[in-house]
Amino acid sequence: MGKHDMFMTDVLIIGAGLAGERAAIESARGGLNVILLSLVPPRRSHSSAAQGGMQAALGNTVMGKEDNPYVHFIDTVKGSDWGCEQDVARLFAETAPIVMREMACWGVPWTRVTTEPRIYDGKEINEEAEKVGLISARNFGGTAKWRTCYTADGTGHTVLYTMDSMVMKYGISVHDRVEALSLIHDGETCYGAIVRCLRTGKLRIYTAKSTVIATGGYGRLYGASTNAVINEGSGMSIVLDTGVVPLGNMEAVQFHPTGIVPSWILITEGARGDGGYLLDKNRYRFMPDYEPDKKELASRDVVSRRMMQHIRAGYGVDSLYGSHLWLDIRHLGAKHINTNLREIANICRQFNGIDPVHELIPVRPTQHYSMGGIRTNIHGQAYGLKNLYALGEAACWDLHGFNRLGGNSLAETVAAGKLIGARIAEFTKDVASNVSFSVVEEHLYIQQTKIDRLCSGKSGTENVYELCNKMQDVLSHHVGIFRTEGPLQEAVSMLRELHERSLYIGLRSAEGGANPELGLALRLPGMIRLALCITKGALKRQESRGSHFREDFPKRDDVNWLKRTLAYWPKDAKEPVLRYEPVKITELPPGDRGYGEANARSKSALK
Amino acid sequence: MEESGMTLFVVLNKIREEQDPTLRFDFVCRASICGSCGILVNGRPTLACRTLTKDLPDLTTLLPLPVFKLLGDLSIDTGIWFREMSIHTESWVHNDEKFDLTAQEERMDNEIALMIYEAERCIECGCCIGGCMMTNLKPNFIGAAGINRVARFMMDPRDKRSNQKYFEVIGNKEGVFGCIGLLACDDNCPVAVPLRGQITYVRRKMASVGWKMK
Repeated sequence: MGKHDMFMTDVLIIGAGLAGERAAIESARGGLNVILLSLVPPRRSHSSAAQGGMQAALGNTVMGKEDNPYVHFIDTVKGSDWGCEQDVARLFAETAPIVMREMACWGVPWTRVTTEPRIYDGKEINEEAEKVGLISARNFGGTAKWRTCYTADGTGHTVLYTMDSMVMKYGISVHDRVEALSLIHDGETCYGAIVRCLRTGKLRIYTAKSTVIATGGYGRLYGASTNAVINEGSGMSIVLDTGVVPLGNMEAVQFHPTGIVPSWILITEGARGDGGYLLDKNRYRFMPDYEPDKKELASRDVVSRRMMQHIRAGYGVDSLYGSHLWLDIRHLGAKHINTNLREIANICRQFNGIDPVHELIPVRPTQHYSMGGIRTNIHGQAYGLKNLYALGEAACWDLHGFNRLGGNSLAETVAAGKLIGARIAEFTKDVASNVSFSVVEEHLYIQQTKIDRLCSGKSGTENVYELCNKMQDVLSHHVGIFRTEGPLQEAVSMLRELHERSLYIGLRSAEGGANPELGLALRLPGMIRLALCITKGALKRQESRGSHFREDFPKRDDVNWLKRTLAYWPKDAKEPVLRYEPVKITELPPGDRGYGEANARSKSALK
Repeated sequence: MEESGMTLFVVLNKIREEQDPTLRFDFVCRASICGSCGILVNGRPTLACRTLTKDLPDLTTLLPLPVFKLLGDLSIDTGIWFREMSIHTESWVHNDEKFDLTAQEERMDNEIALMIYEAERCIECGCCIGGCMMTNLKPNFIGAAGINRVARFMMDPRDKRSNQKYFEVIGNKEGVFGCIGLLACDDNCPVAVPLRGQITYVRRKMASVGWKMK
């Protein structure tokens, strides 16, 4: 152990995106020592790529008039298809307006209310003079009110930069370019993490009274994802590896309606929220036929499904990269596009060579978000292991159930960061640091042995990139928007085979150190285990709820399936063990969402 | 084989997967948002992720950005440079007003919010730093990114620092007076932050403070 750098702290936070940083600030303000670990410099975290905004019931705009946290709560529960924890959703909705104002105080340049009139869906909107200068809001999918606070379409960027500025103000230690490989634990309590430095490749030991996972989602398990390349679910995977902490609802995977073809970069929901249309190959606006009420702004699961349904019906535009549809924002005008949708306009120009002021944007539903994750209670404490917390996309708190509303995840990071950060500060004060060296050594030894074996060239002959690409193909083709028993079963067996093979990877470069091939080889088996949790959860859930749509079970089944999947991975198991727990219903009994399959006219109504 | 829409992001990953598994480079968002992939393409600083191969000549050279610490191949430590600059310039809103959980937010004119966003759009890619003659000669010069960062807080009414306070930090040759006006930064900025205007704004403010001190 002597040759390894060792760090001791009160709170160890793995992941320095919005959720991790907000929790760090709250812990530091509570008087604790905090170390933030990050794969990349914090400002490069994927939070920065969130474009559209954050939902909070401030009710400053005319279209958001009489909004309040209860309305926000109802929208969130309906959006989740009754899969969320209602006490969590309520707490979140109450906290969201407070954190928006707090972020304003800390420096976020929120777009503000002005009296400049604008045309929306054919109607002129005029704001009230007495609201000028307050935080404005735009329309997002699945909401009764205009509630999404934003800065142009760079909301994640400005909120993350402001958050990180507070991390600096509080002098919180940030160790960037490091990757956590495993948690230090004894099956009952978590004591920190074994971490690999990505500059040198050396292992480090971090011990902590409280360990917090805020590593974001796993988008890159899918071949086509809007996510950053670092979103490989590593935080979820090291938690699953403990064998005692479950992942919740991993089958709940969000596909965003508008990934741009073919780079799959996100085109913000704000584009539709601000009045954009979806068109088919005949340049026909098809969404009102499926969703007469919400049109392009039903929840994301519904819009994505309608788009794929329309493509299947033969209305897609053929391209080299498969069929797609069009997003049309031309009628919003150059000024609006170049101000409020500026970043996506640049993406269209640079990556596709098209100007959205005059041309249509090619889009198709693309993997975007993981509602599932490390299952925690309302205080952010992980099930099954003491002194371990999780929050943000990495966690299943569970605010989103089976479908997250646009603008709720970014808001969740900050609201949960404040709430759970305060709990961490409170609970950590009562923890004595009493990690035993034998436990640390045991976990260090396991990781060092893995690395040595890979670098010795004797661990096998499998090609790590080939296996990774195959895993992505399996998920993309078999565990996508439309799911059925046969392909899901096939996916389970293919992933099991890939998992077995991933234990025998042969590096083509024996180089140790910061070798990126070695990095992927260390991660891949865990990524495939996550893929198996997603797939097996989807196979077993014989109903359709939110983003999880089974063609062989197309209806929601509240009698048998109003429950949450908990996936465990016992030591040396070949696939996950699934258990279930009830969903907490406190205020709103299961009912009708007001959009989606139950409400739309039948397909025959289409021309 | 070149496909339409192929970028250096795709190319470099292909090279790593098929030819040199040890090749080091930095990508995160691959959508020109995160600022990880600033490199020199045929001598010019730009983002690799959004460089389309169809726009490149047959022979293309890729080099890491100068000035920053080299980690290996095309990978450089821009994160540390920007963190040190941000801490040096105290890049956070300075105010002592306690946040009141129940109060309505302070109003702000939307034009001011847009102005702040204009400066805040910097993605810390380092293209302005790598392509600047002065940062290459004087590593302590905070460069256009640093000056723009200061401008962002100067124009923010929530920040209560006086011009005098800013002057103490950047009213010198490592700060705003280190710029000799070559303005490659303004040409090279991949997200078109108006660096020329920001430098002028900060320099004018700081010059007037310096003038009064004499």
